[in-house]
Amino acid sequence: MSGVSEETIQTVTDMAGKYSAGFVTDIETEKAPKGLSEDIVRFISAKKNEPEWMLEWRLKAYRKWLEMPEPDWAKLDIKPIDYQDSYYYSAPKDHKDGPKTIDDVDPILLDTYAKLGIPLREQEILAGVQERTPVAVDVVFDSVSVATTFKKKLAEAGVIFCSISEAIQEHPDLIKKYIGSVVPAGDNKHACLNSAVFTDGSFVYIPEGVRCPMELSTYFRINELNTGQFERTLIIADKGSYVSYLEGCTAPMRDENQLHAAVVELVAHDDAEIKYSTVQNWYPGDFETGQGGIYNFVTKRGMCEGRNSKISWTQVETGSAITWKYPSCILKGDNSQGEFYSVAITNGRQQADTGTKMIHIGKNTKSRIISKGISAGKSNNTYRGQVKILAGAEGARNFTVCDSLLIGDQCGAHTVPYIESKNKSANLEHEATTSKIGEDQLFYCMQRGLSEEEAIALIVNGFAREVMQELPMEFAVEAQKLVGISLEGSVG
Amino acid sequence: MIKIKDLKANVETDDGAVDILKGITLDIPDGEVHAIMGPNGSGKSTLSYVLAGQEDYDVTGGSATLDGEDLLEMSPEERAAAGLFLAFQYPVEIPGVNMSTFLKTSINSIRKQRGEKELDALGMLKLIKTKCAELGIRDDMMKRAVNVGFSGGEKKRNEVLQMAMLEPKFCVLDETDSGLDIDALKVVADGVNALRDPKRSFLIITHYQRLLDYIKPDVVHVLAKGRIIKTGGPELALELEKKGYSEFVEEAA
Ligand SMILES: Nc1ncnc2c1ncn2[C@@H]1O[C@H](COP(=O)(O)OP(=O)(O)O)[C@@H](O)[C@H]1O
Ligand SMILES: [Mg+2]
Repeated sequence: MSGVSEETIQTVTDMAGKYSAGFVTDIETEKAPKGLSEDIVRFISAKKNEPEWMLEWRLKAYRKWLEMPEPDWAKLDIKPIDYQDSYYYSAPKDHKDGPKTIDDVDPILLDTYAKLGIPLREQEILAGVQERTPVAVDVVFDSVSVATTFKKKLAEAGVIFCSISEAIQEHPDLIKKYIGSVVPAGDNKHACLNSAVFTDGSFVYIPEGVRCPMELSTYFRINELNTGQFERTLIIADKGSYVSYLEGCTAPMRDENQLHAAVVELVAHDDAEIKYSTVQNWYPGDFETGQGGIYNFVTKRGMCEGRNSKISWTQVETGSAITWKYPSCILKGDNSQGEFYSVAITNGRQQADTGTKMIHIGKNTKSRIISKGISAGKSNNTYRGQVKILAGAEGARNFTVCDSLLIGDQCGAHTVPYIESKNKSANLEHEATTSKIGEDQLFYCMQRGLSEEEAIALIVNGFAREVMQELPMEFAVEAQKLVGISLEGSVG
Repeated sequence: MIKIKDLKANVETDDGAVDILKGITLDIPDGEVHAIMGPNGSGKSTLSYVLAGQEDYDVTGGSATLDGEDLLEMSPEERAAAGLFLAFQYPVEIPGVNMSTFLKTSINSIRKQRGEKELDALGMLKLIKTKCAELGIRDDMMKRAVNVGFSGGEKKRNEVLQMAMLEPKFCVLDETDSGLDIDALKVVADGVNALRDPKRSFLIITHYQRLLDYIKPDVVHVLAKGRIIKTGGPELALELEKKGYSEFVEEAA
């Protein structure tokens, strides 16, 4: 979502109709045979020239995956997934792993990203600096990272920002130490699958005492038909460091469901802070029939390992046919803090079951949850959140607000909080509201010249403001527009 | 020129359709200020809503045109772009949307509809500053959410501010005076008087004569039970005030 200009949005909208990122890039690809087996896992690992220990780790995960049941707690209606009917590896044909610069990238891909409003050529980004701060981007196309920008500038600050494939080659010690340390391979079936077949993703390491000099971001795009995307992101903030990271995602319109099962692990050491923001705009499927769309099954978890560490998740979820995702924080260090700010919009036939888990282990740990769910059309939107205070979490505090807004009367909103406290000194506050978008509000706006859709976008952005204002400034405007776009057709 | 002819409207209730406007005829030439007075429940707000295009009401007969254009055919936002402005009796709260964002969206939506160039951030800022200063509105109000936590006086001043910014051709003010103390009333009246213009017309809806001491109307209409029962000059308002509504309505019947 980085730096989307008005024009870009317009061009893209004109190109693809309602879902503005729905076009397909015609590029030759190299794929693994369809289906999932030990051989495929070996193929992926070999393709990436991985060391033996990495392959072993994958194979262990794969064997575990075979035995694991599908998770069933969510309020979702999911058609059984045929794991053998999907490709697990797809890469642009001339793709070679290893360090890459923009000059190595196929111009067709650069154009694809330009259409999506993601300028990758550093000169172009720098030319536009007066308007916005440059953002370093790692770009993942189907199964592989095709480019990472501003690497040199970041390296000067000691920051490592590269694809995870590259990190496995170049920084094996860090990978060995941290991969699976926050989300173990067997955490749940989707995370387990990811551990076996992840093909790329981003890796970030911020050394002690460093404040990352620019926003980092990863842009995920699924292009190929019947291809799953399984990326893995690992961010480590060493003592006293700070980083803000954003991911954005889109996919072409396809009649078939496509699986996106990602894993994100964050580790914050003493006094470190990680701010992780997501603007998710995967193809939601057909508006009327619900045909197609992405299954977005994502496991995201942050470990507040050190004292006074802080992890903040902000998500704006507008896309996907089904969203299953609970970015969580384990508050292990004393005085550590976890935050979850979420806007989840469902329209048409979309389903979302999303929320967070805050696990308080250390003393005086604090968590804050602000969830804004917006349901329109015939969609269903569930907030599911857990706050758990362990016995040793003396003085723990949680504050939760869950607000739901309904547009029309054929959609559903549900709030499912689980609260568990084993320490009497804990202080927990929970508020929840459900409201309908007001006819009087709409009319007031329309009397002032706004169309009904503009009025809805404005009112919904107002409803979600507490969350939207947590987004890095560079992305806030685009995210606000996306809110409007995703609610198109919600009244009729 | 606004022309309203034999306008009839009803509303659907649990007990079936209820007629509210029972044939209203009214012409307001450019530059004139007309007042509509009437007891509670006579249909004053309904008239303003029907003119502005609120969907709860069904127009069952008659017509309404603005400079010859059929208002009743238009959507509410098209009416706004055509130059109709309604200052609401009860301005609506929009949590989380600050005033400057709201004004910006409103002005640019109207400009877009009219095929005019959108105002950039700087132009907008200047316009807001000028208009706020004229109406004695402090800048910090622009950072607050639309009508949220506004006092009665602030809400009404905010309506006049929006009217001043959008420069409409035809302004309907629905009980903009109600709930205001005399100082606030003067501010609002000054704001309206500043907008009086040979090309702009006003329909001032009020329950009390008091407002008309500050905004001098050209014509006064008395509305009762969905009909205009009497039309006259400013003196009609004074007569109404003296006699009270019930006696007046009885005499006119
Ligand atoms: N949406 C509505 N539903 C039912 N009755 C309505 C509605 N709007 C107005 N009315 C009725 O129509 C009559 C006129 O109302 P209104 O136009 O608000 O009067 P006024 O503004 O003159 O006080 C009243 O009897 C009121 O109860
Ligand atoms: Mg009224």
